[in-house]
Amino acid sequence: MPLPAIEVSGLSKRYVIEHESRHDSLRDTLHHSARKLWRRLRWGTGFEREEFWALRDVSFSIQPGEVVGIIGRNGAGKSTLLKILSRITEPTSGQITLRGRVASLLEVGTGFHPDLSGRENIYLNGAILGMQRAEISRKFDEIVAFAEVERFLDTPVKRYSSGMYVRLAFAVAAHLEPEILIVDEVLAVGDAQFQKKCLGKIEDVARNQGRTVLFVSHNMAAVQSLCQRAIFLRGGTLFCDAPVAVALQAYLADAQPDANDQFHGETYALRVDHIGFTQAGAFPAIALDLTLRAKLPGRLALEVIVKSSMGTPVAFADAGSLRFDQALVITPGDTRSRWLLDASQLANGSYFIRLQLFEVGVEHHLILDHPAAIEVTRATPDGVDRVLQADWNVGAVTLPLYPVKN
Amino acid sequence: MDFPAPANPPTLADPPALVLAAGRASAHYWRDLWRYRELAGFLAWRDIKVRYKQAVLGIAWAVVQPAVQTILLTFVFGKLAKMPDGGVPYPLLVLCGLLPWQLFTGAFNGAGGSLVGNSHLISKVYFPRLIVPVSALAVALLDFAVMLVLALPVIAFFGLWPGWQLLLLPAFILLTLVIALGAGLWITALTVKFRDFRFITPFILQVGMFVTPVGYRTDFLPNWRDLLALNPLSAVVDGMRWCLLGGRTEIYLPGLAASIITAVLLLVSGVWYFRRTERSFADII
Repeated sequence: MPLPAIEVSGLSKRYVIEHESRHDSLRDTLHHSARKLWRRLRWGTGFEREEFWALRDVSFSIQPGEVVGIIGRNGAGKSTLLKILSRITEPTSGQITLRGRVASLLEVGTGFHPDLSGRENIYLNGAILGMQRAEISRKFDEIVAFAEVERFLDTPVKRYSSGMYVRLAFAVAAHLEPEILIVDEVLAVGDAQFQKKCLGKIEDVARNQGRTVLFVSHNMAAVQSLCQRAIFLRGGTLFCDAPVAVALQAYLADAQPDANDQFHGETYALRVDHIGFTQAGAFPAIALDLTLRAKLPGRLALEVIVKSSMGTPVAFADAGSLRFDQALVITPGDTRSRWLLDASQLANGSYFIRLQLFEVGVEHHLILDHPAAIEVTRATPDGVDRVLQADWNVGAVTLPLYPVKN
Repeated sequence: MDFPAPANPPTLADPPALVLAAGRASAHYWRDLWRYRELAGFLAWRDIKVRYKQAVLGIAWAVVQPAVQTILLTFVFGKLAKMPDGGVPYPLLVLCGLLPWQLFTGAFNGAGGSLVGNSHLISKVYFPRLIVPVSALAVALLDFAVMLVLALPVIAFFGLWPGWQLLLLPAFILLTLVIALGAGLWITALTVKFRDFRFITPFILQVGMFVTPVGYRTDFLPNWRDLLALNPLSAVVDGMRWCLLGGRTEIYLPGLAASIITAVLLLVSGVWYFRRTERSFADII
């Protein structure tokens, strides 16, 4: 086995937060020092210094050619890890060994200058990312073709549309040829077609050119399709380092809020026991475990509204409100029920669920918004090449399209 | 960078290993600085390109400002204060004093504001940070070159041909840049943490304009000479005037020696402080 491309051992990063004041100005510092001295003399203590460990004792190693996803909630330490790997900031303790040229893409278009033309920015940005002039010149045409900005090469980029800007920026970065590529959430930009192209490019870099890629994203579907392995960071520590499916499962399970065990409503109250995406059954589904508490008997209708992460309702399902015969017949007391919402036409991405409960034909009872996002990450079914991604912004559901023969 | 040609698929059999650990950033610093020299060039080129974009007069601004200043200072020092000119046309004395002063101002301002001005790069990409203030000197040099090219015919117009002394001009340009960079490194590193230094810079320059013999010549002020020599820029201004006016003014050698020593001390201490604080730039900028 070759030597690992990235070896991280016992990595920690500490930030010190000093209470009482942030001294960004000299006056603050002088003032602060004087008070600190006074407190020392008087009480023998200075101000409180709170230590914040952005990363704590993280160790892993990555073999050359591996594509590894890094997942975790905001503040889990992903960005800090990337910053240390990119040498922007130093670790507090621990050690990293990198074997090969590293290029990191923490954002697209780092160092783009709005007043410079597209052509000039390609050179500038290339140099900032660590390319040599000759290398940029050699790939110049390729970059321009990839970005699709031929006509505007000599226009200052401040006059570019945001899409063109991002395309150009990504194109430069995509033509870096490092042995180790570190990518942070750069796919969240651009239109659907271009996002596909970016993903494809990263895939190409990873699969066909045998480079090591570290990919950070909140887009679970992208992580799933690109990476074989994922590292799940949680509160600055390494929580799970496993094949992508396992790590994603750990992440999704962790994403469920622990306590949503409250009933909402009065005469008829609803409690969400669990809502989550599952592929365990015959079809990919969003499973809903609900408990209904009724004080009176009645006929109720349940509605499920699926909203995109932007809050747009994209799907509707019901039991009893469009089809009366499917209404739930309720007896007083608690009734537990499990529902499966077929997600096989739903694009991969995150969704929010709203539940509505009606007494059939009578009164509007209850609206319940489930606070946690549901991540739909369905695998590619047989006979299909890819799965629609919600963040392509082309829609959330796949509709069947039939050719009509004359 | 000295990596294998990227056109070939990378061979990972025995790639150079880079070790990152606390306090290790300095291990390859100077080698990295050399490797990233092209980036320094690109940053300088960017600053120059952007400098006069969307300005109708463009690079003419590099001339307008000193021209107006020459007229004003000639009026104030030559006509109102009636400072001695020693037979040299007063506008020329002022013009030749302004040239190094403008170079210093530009270089010092550029280097001093460079880190905060490039904070978006510093928090997103690695490179030896020393590149930033160094490349900020380029704009000042360009402005100086334009002014110099235009100043030489003016000097000739007054009938004062520069002599062999002109050959020493690069040495004085270098001295100016060393002083500006040394001071600029201090200011720019301090500004990362304390934004106060942004307000201190214009103040230093305002005072400096008068304690530096820009508008007057020192060889007729023997009482003040030693005091003025405490300012390392005095010797630079005297020296450049001497170069440009063909030796018609004098250089105060003890002052020049002091200036060179101060310049070296400033640069060495500036680099030391910059390097010492550099590793935390990304965290606090």
